[in-house]
Amino acid sequence: MKILVPVKRVIDPYVNIRVKSDETGVETENVKMSMNPFCEIAVEEAIRLKEAGKAEEIIAVSIGNQSCQETIRTALAMGADRGIHVLTEKKIEPISIAKILSKICEQESPGLVISGKQAIDGDNNQTGQMLAALTDMPQGTFASKIEIDSDKVKVTREIDGGLQTVSLNMPAIITTDLRLNEPRYASLPNIMKAKKKPIDQKSPEDYGIDVTPRVNVLKVIEPPKREAGIKVENISELVEKLKNEAGVI
Amino acid sequence: MTTLFFIEHANGQVSDQSLKAISATSQIDGDVHGLIVGSDIDSVIAEASKIEGLNKLMHVDDDSFNNILAENLTQLILNISGDYEYFLAAATTTGKNVMPRLAAKLDVSQISEIIAIEGPDTFIRTIYAGNAIATVQTSDPKKVLTVRPTAFKSAVMGSSGCEITKINAENMPSISEFIGEELTKSDRPELTSAKTIISGGRGMQNGENFELLDKVAEKLGAAVGASRAAVDAGFVPNDYQVGQTGKVVAPELYIAVGISGAIQHLAGMKDSKVIVAINKDEEAPIFDVADYGLVADLFQVLPELEQAL
Repeated sequence: MKILVPVKRVIDPYVNIRVKSDETGVETENVKMSMNPFCEIAVEEAIRLKEAGKAEEIIAVSIGNQSCQETIRTALAMGADRGIHVLTEKKIEPISIAKILSKICEQESPGLVISGKQAIDGDNNQTGQMLAALTDMPQGTFASKIEIDSDKVKVTREIDGGLQTVSLNMPAIITTDLRLNEPRYASLPNIMKAKKKPIDQKSPEDYGIDVTPRVNVLKVIEPPKREAGIKVENISELVEKLKNEAGVI
Repeated sequence: MTTLFFIEHANGQVSDQSLKAISATSQIDGDVHGLIVGSDIDSVIAEASKIEGLNKLMHVDDDSFNNILAENLTQLILNISGDYEYFLAAATTTGKNVMPRLAAKLDVSQISEIIAIEGPDTFIRTIYAGNAIATVQTSDPKKVLTVRPTAFKSAVMGSSGCEITKINAENMPSISEFIGEELTKSDRPELTSAKTIISGGRGMQNGENFELLDKVAEKLGAAVGASRAAVDAGFVPNDYQVGQTGKVVAPELYIAVGISGAIQHLAGMKDSKVIVAINKDEEAPIFDVADYGLVADLFQVLPELEQAL
């Protein structure tokens, strides 16, 4: 079985976000970039399934500019086998990403697609579900546990208030939540080995997908700044303020 | 122009999140139709039909919808999607699971977790976990939106109910199956819908000490959260995590205890109405966002706080 893992390059989660002064977006020039944390979890889970003998090949896919190759290399260094880079300089929306991925699914016929539940830049939380819709596959979103049992996969999902378990016919799409695993760091020998692994370069046109955006970003601004409030001396003053000034207890 | 809103319910009541999110529809012209699913839910249907602004309520009376599968609910909505221009649901785990699947079936983009409506096709939403706010305009003919409940006030209940219609679940795909559910058994609210949250950070020192937070939470009817540092240190499970890679919350009152205030944590809680910080390091960045700061040893003041409530 093949596992397809889409990976996204995003601003590193520990970097301070700066909104551009012309309100057109967030500054990404000269900012440290990393693989989206949820995508790392997806790569890790695919590798674990391969190590457990449940999968033969892991394909990492990234869609975006030339630098996305680095993100694919990171996945290859962790343990993915080969990469597909769909090169585009355009800003690309989840629906278009899902369409490209659905074409790749047609060609590669993966038994599972494991993706992050959302990217920490756009916070859209859409691509996995959209890919499932376009391929008519079942979806196990926000997964915290995955068990493959012949032609079905049992997915434990993080839902509001607890956990839900569903059984999906394979092929299926799974999106990862935080508790699924802790991603490994790539070792130096594996980083070296990853340089020799193949990455196919494609374009959205190769898949016949029009990636023209449907959603126009009119402006991006900073959230209202919070002013630091006051210091209280002790608990009784705190409780008094919360009761009488803020009225929240 | 008609809007379809998916209404969730639990424990015999319309969910708070749906009640908040549905009030967003008052800013969209045209009628609003509700959809509610499950079996033996007559009292919930009666309650939901009284939501002000709702013109019609459709319900499915079917066992298979007591536990929602994205594949089936998407198909159900598709079956009735013809004349609707707007499709809305609260950005709950169900809404987030189902709505993008629906959007892709309708070949449109989804606008996720809107916090305000600017116009018929223009919406405001947060990106980068709330570190930036984007105004976006869609050119899609049909609009699929999820609504962040904390950004809207609960809908008002009218005195009389709207028209109620029963619909059938037809052409259901059978590609997925519900196996089971394990809901956290707690008298406390969960993080994403709690009005009050008390969270602990690395300063808690170990998992046992989270009991100190539990006791305060008990008094306040609060949910207990944690910073990523506390989760990474193994004090509490990952589902406690508030932050950019955890849960994004916006309660009325957020009490951060022994949390320094890393960017990644602030991103998850800085929209809280009132923030209290308790930390022994007076230089901790958490104090820059706190309305009320107390520089103190948490092990001394937490028991005092519990007593004082």
